[in-house]
Formats: sequence, structure tokens, C-alpha cells
Amino acid sequence: MNVYVCIKQVPDTESKIKLSGNGIDTSGIKWVMNPYDEFAVEEALLFKKDNPSAVVTVLCVGPKSRTVDSLRTALAMGVDNAISVDAPENLDSLQTAHALSEAIKKTGDAHIVFTGKVAIDDNQSAVSQQLANFLEIPHATVISKTAYTADSIAVDREVEGGSKEILNVKLPAVIAATKGLNNPRYASLPGIMKAKKKPITELTTTELGINTDPYVEFTDFQLPPERPSVKMIEGEVDTQVAELAKLLREEAKVL
Amino acid sequence: MSQTFIFLEHSNGKLKSGSKELLSCANNANSEIHALALGSGARNAAEEAGTFGAKVIFVNEGSEYSKYNSELFVETLASAIEQSGSKIILASSSSATRDAFPRVAAKFNAGFASDCTELNLNGDTVTARKPLYSGKCSAQVNFKNCDIKIVLMRPNQIPINDPSSGTPEVKDLQTPSIEAKVTTTEVKASDSTRPDLTEAGIVVSGGRGLQNADNFQLLSEMADTIGATVGASRAVVDAGWVPHSMQVGQTGKTVAPTLYIAAGISGAIQHLAGMSSSRVVVAINKDPEAPIFKKATYGIVGDALEILPKLTEEFKKLLA
Repeated sequence: MNVYVCIKQVPDTESKIKLSGNGIDTSGIKWVMNPYDEFAVEEALLFKKDNPSAVVTVLCVGPKSRTVDSLRTALAMGVDNAISVDAPENLDSLQTAHALSEAIKKTGDAHIVFTGKVAIDDNQSAVSQQLANFLEIPHATVISKTAYTADSIAVDREVEGGSKEILNVKLPAVIAATKGLNNPRYASLPGIMKAKKKPITELTTTELGINTDPYVEFTDFQLPPERPSVKMIEGEVDTQVAELAKLLREEAKVL
Repeated sequence: MSQTFIFLEHSNGKLKSGSKELLSCANNANSEIHALALGSGARNAAEEAGTFGAKVIFVNEGSEYSKYNSELFVETLASAIEQSGSKIILASSSSATRDAFPRVAAKFNAGFASDCTELNLNGDTVTARKPLYSGKCSAQVNFKNCDIKIVLMRPNQIPINDPSSGTPEVKDLQTPSIEAKVTTTEVKASDSTRPDLTEAGIVVSGGRGLQNADNFQLLSEMADTIGATVGASRAVVDAGWVPHSMQVGQTGKTVAPTLYIAAGISGAIQHLAGMSSSRVVVAINKDPEAPIFKKATYGIVGDALEILPKLTEEFKKLLA
């Protein structure tokens, strides 16, 4: 029974983004596993605990030098196999999903594919649904709770305003995790040591037959405009709050 | 003449403002507008869309559309888009559209960009601007090598035109057959009546400076006074004080209200990424060196627990 986890490498959330040429300056950036993908890895490992016949394979598409650390992290957390699909950095969502689907088809039929609900770099939240389309299986996104039977999953899907949709999804399916689904484990030291020796299967977009001319291209990168400096409100607390309320109404006109 | 397809979202037949924004943008670009409205009230929504320039509107008022179902929405969207023949497809960002449209894009082998904040239509060309890294920078979105282009816009970005007279052609759309591999068994509505964080005009957020979960009550009282939605920093979500649906920041929601009040939030870079496009920011923090003050319009150095109730009282007086 094949369980797949698709992860993406993103700049660490603490990263300062600087621009360089037509893009961001990647020189000082630490590439880590997308935070939502950690929930996907953990969910696959929890599933394997209850279903020991499951083989968990993690996949990552992107420039090999950037994806290897995230794949090692997943191996150290306990996944069985890792596949790196070497690809240009400007691949768009659709092509990434296509590459993942071809790599999965080559490896073996999926029982479940876990992903994170969104990657925090381009914030597209598209690959999970597109991958499901290529695999011709259903998808469910923004999932915070799962209950498994042999051929389906009951899931909670988080929607606007704190509401939830309760879905029943026939397997195989792509399940996109959000925060709250579980508590991702930290890789143990022995796990990290073992992960260093585990092999990573290497594929390329070329051998998977993926068209790498992106449909969506980013140009004209800009930093957000600088804010004018803050107006500090001094004095006793009662004076401060009265002054603030007045400024919000009369100067900023937001109340 | 260029042609644009817009998925209309409405509540009981009243168009949501995000849909009016898209209609206004397409109408200003002299594009012929085709649209789709689903569920109870869709006909009324279609008529209202006509007053914003929509020419052809596909409608299905079936009760099967009262709950979101990914398979049904994807197939319905695909059917309407195919019948319309439009190459530029627009929708406002929501839980439903974010879930369905990427799959629609895959079905049509189309280019797809979500969460955009600017939209430029010019004949058959469409470009957009999209925040990246949760707003730490932005880039222009260009479509290449693809026939169909799909853009999801963040709400509250485009000015809305005044409605005028206009009678659209309304076409009944058949409910497509689906395999029903996904069933929506129940929708658990939140007990909150406040707007969603991403749509709220005012957000009041709390962080570790509130000291414990109970003190979030101070923010609720303020929110009720000024019609705001309550947010939180990652630290207090991780501590289990409040649910993740309230988290503002790079691993939570990106918000852009007219007023953002940060109480007891120091302003970690990943939090700032999620709120720095707010128009006016108030920071209340004990530490005068806290990074949140660099993003603030107004700042008060002090204890949030002491300041919040007094500020709520001031707001009450002001709005009385």
C-alpha cells in the first residue's frame, strides 16, 4: 500500500526577502520544508503506525540543491523512501503537479497522497488539486481532522470564519493538511544520522516528459512600500487611550 | 471584442463585493462579460450582475449547490466555461474558489494565479500582481504558452462601479453528472458572527503580552464595540490559547484591514508578513524596541492588559 507525501522547499519563515535582478536574492536563504507539509509528513507516519503494510514515500520537485535538505528532514522524521525530481526553479503549479503525478505513476498506485494546503512562498494552493486531477482521484483541502476506513476518509475541512465542512472522501485521494491536523514530530538524532545514509531516488522533469515552459511567469518584483515612521503616544494611560481614540477618528478616519 | 468569464459569489441573491469588483474591472476594460451564479438566489444575483455590465449569465438554482462540493463545483465551472468559450476566467478568492479553480485550470491545461491584488485586462491580455512570501515582496503575474488564463483576486482590491441599467441574457445551466467520490455530510457553522479575518475591515490581534487565554476576552469586548474580528499571533496559537483559524501571519491568514490593532504582539517577521498591508496599524507593547512599532502608524508603550479595557471604554464613548 503506497502512501505518498509531496513536499516543497521554501525559504525559512524567518528569512528576510531581498530582491536581486528579476527575482529574489537567494544567497542567504535557508531552504526548509514548507511548514504545512510537516503536517502531511506526520499524518503519513501516523497512518503507517496503524497500517504497518503502508510504505511512505516523500517526493519533492525543484532544483536538487534546494530539495535535498527537506527530503532528508522527512527521512529523519521516519518516512521510508524519498524521491527528488530535479526541475528548474521557475516551474509553475501545473507543471509541478504534472511532475509529481508522473513520478507517482512510475513508482506505484497511490492509496493516499498527503500534501500541505499551501506553500508559503507563492501562496498558490494549487498543486494538491491539480495533482489529484492528473491522478484522476478526488481531493480535499485545508484538512484539520481525519478518520480512516479501508476505502474512505472522513475529514474536517476548515472554511471561512472558523466554520467546518465534514466530508467523506473515497480513496485513493489527495488530502491537503492544515495546522491542527496533528503535532509534527521532531527528527531524533539517531533518525537524522540514519537519514543521511538513506538513498534518495533521483528523477528529472526531462525523463518524466514534463513540459517545463511555464504558463505563469513572475516579473517586476517589488518590495512593499516603506511605512512612514510611527507616531508614539506618550503620557499617562488615560491620556494615551483618549489621544489614540481621537487620532483614529479624526486623523486616520478609520473609526 | 475580448470576453471575460466571472464566477459570481452571492449570499441569498445579493452579490458579494468581491464579485462586483471583478465585474467593474472587466466592464471598465470593455470586455464582454459572461458569468455563472449557482444556488438559491442565483437568478437575483444574475440580475444584479447585469447592472454591473454582465451580458450572458449561466444560472442553476439547484439545492445541490447549497453546500460546497469540489467535484460538483469543478464540473459545473468547467461546463459553464466551455459553453461560454471565454479565455479569461476570474473569481474572487474564497474557500470554495481556492479549492475548485486550480483543478479547473488543470482540466483546461490553463494558466492559474491565485491571491492576486491587482488586475489588468487589456483585450485578450491579462496581467496581475501577486504578493509573494506572504507579502514580503510582490511580482507581476504574466501568462505565457496557454490559451486559458484563470485569476483569483483577493477581495477589497478594486473600486466598485455604480450600478446602471442592464438586462443580461440568463441561460439555464444543467447540473453535470459526477462520480460522487466526495460527499459533504455536514457543515458546522462557527458560532462567531464576526466577519472572516481575511475580509474584516478592522482586526484586533493579541499575542503573548496578553499572558493567558482568558485575557483574549478583552479583545472580544473591543471587537464587539468596534465591529472587528479577533486575530492572534503564532506564539499564542502554538500555546493552544486560541484556534489556528485566528492566526495572522505567514503560516496563518494574510489580512489587509483598514485598521489593525496589535496588542502584546512583538512582531516576529512572519507575523509582520501577514499584516503589513493593513492601512492603519496600532501597536501596544511593553517593549519600546519591539519590531511591531516599525510597522505601526500609532504606538503606545505599555501593558496591553491595562490599556485594552480603557481603550474599549474610549471607543464606546466615541461611538455612542
